[in-house]
Amino acid sequence: MKRHSLIRAFSLLIRRDFILAMRHRAEMANPLLFFILVTSLFPLGIGANPRLLQAVGPGVIWVAALLAALLSLDGVFRSDFEDGTLEQYLLSSHPVSLLVLAKVLAHWLITGLPLLLISPLLGVFLGLPAAGIQILFITLLLGTPVLSLIGAVGVALTVGLRKGGMILSLLVLPLYVPLLIFASSAVDTAAAGLPVTAHLSLIAALLVLALSLSPFATAAALRVSLS
Amino acid sequence: MTDSGTKSYSLEARALECVRDDRTLFRDLAFRLEPGQALLLEGRNGSGKTSLLRILCGIRLPDAGMIAWCGTDIQRLGADYYQHTAYVGHRDGIKLDLTPMENLAMARALGRPSDMTLEAALARVDLYGFEDVPTRNLSAGQQRRLALARLLVTDATLWILDEPFTSLDVHGIRVIEELLEAHAQQGGMLAVTSHHAVNLQRSPVHRINLSA
Repeated sequence: MKRHSLIRAFSLLIRRDFILAMRHRAEMANPLLFFILVTSLFPLGIGANPRLLQAVGPGVIWVAALLAALLSLDGVFRSDFEDGTLEQYLLSSHPVSLLVLAKVLAHWLITGLPLLLISPLLGVFLGLPAAGIQILFITLLLGTPVLSLIGAVGVALTVGLRKGGMILSLLVLPLYVPLLIFASSAVDTAAAGLPVTAHLSLIAALLVLALSLSPFATAAALRVSLS
Repeated sequence: MTDSGTKSYSLEARALECVRDDRTLFRDLAFRLEPGQALLLEGRNGSGKTSLLRILCGIRLPDAGMIAWCGTDIQRLGADYYQHTAYVGHRDGIKLDLTPMENLAMARALGRPSDMTLEAALARVDLYGFEDVPTRNLSAGQQRRLALARLLVTDATLWILDEPFTSLDVHGIRVIEELLEAHAQQGGMLAVTSHHAVNLQRSPVHRINLSA
């Protein structure tokens, strides 16, 4: 009975965030548009030299994905904080960490997934070889949830501040750096035709680590922000 | 509401102290609340009414003392305490871009569901016919009534209400007062702050004046 109602709360929370996102389509498209614009402006800015583009491509796509995630992060808890629904999560009879996980999952599905799906196209645009694009896709698949999970902790800590945007970037970006390094070097290595299992394992390890720790940290940070 | 009459719940505050910005709002505050009783907090603006309610919710930690539910510290009970409580704060806790039905469905899922259907809960607060109107299009008083309808869709014993009558008209106030009275009569507990006089004729009311 109890587990059943928890699953119901979990799925309803995700569905609710979807409905809210659909009613604010412009806001939802913002990070994706940013991602596409930045990556497609690069070839125009640095010239259409295929070797140059291939060399900077993985880094450009990953940096753009990271900044796009940062751009959308504030929305995870901001509106919930302002209208008081955040208090209701904390006062729910379900574990707050699982409700937080539902929120983060919804955030990834709404902002991370579209970015992931469009990335092969941008890989082609930057002239990456097929092997590189494949690995790019896998790194984004493993990496974008990490962006949402780590970001949620930062947002939870800064949601009570009026101008938390700057602090949020300072808090979260250093934690994103290892992921950025491993992911873009994985794509580079793959494009050179070398094995990338080690890179992918490391990114997968980051995902598991974030998945198991971040919901608890986020829930605790929310309590601090609201008290 | 259903099983609260049979079990003897109790809420107890022991030697509570709250300090805000180096000002002591209250100290050595103690009270005990039993089923069927209401606690009415009075006091000037800034006297710590909302802070006390947030301490009762466990959102804010008291600077000294503790709140006990059935004899156990609520900070240790966590979710076991929250399945007995419902809180309507200063902010409504509803999403303006959702319909009243969607809002109540979410509220119900977050707590322990009651037997009342969502439609019946809306009808109780006179919002029948507004099920599928975006909440944004409702008036402030209607939004407040929707927030209070959340109390009905979960099976909570203790209702913690921060200024429930804000932006309600005379009729709305009467509707909500009836709701509170009915809850107390069924063995529920109330902790309410209000600027308005709260008319609960049939239930024992404790009054605590925080500015005294």
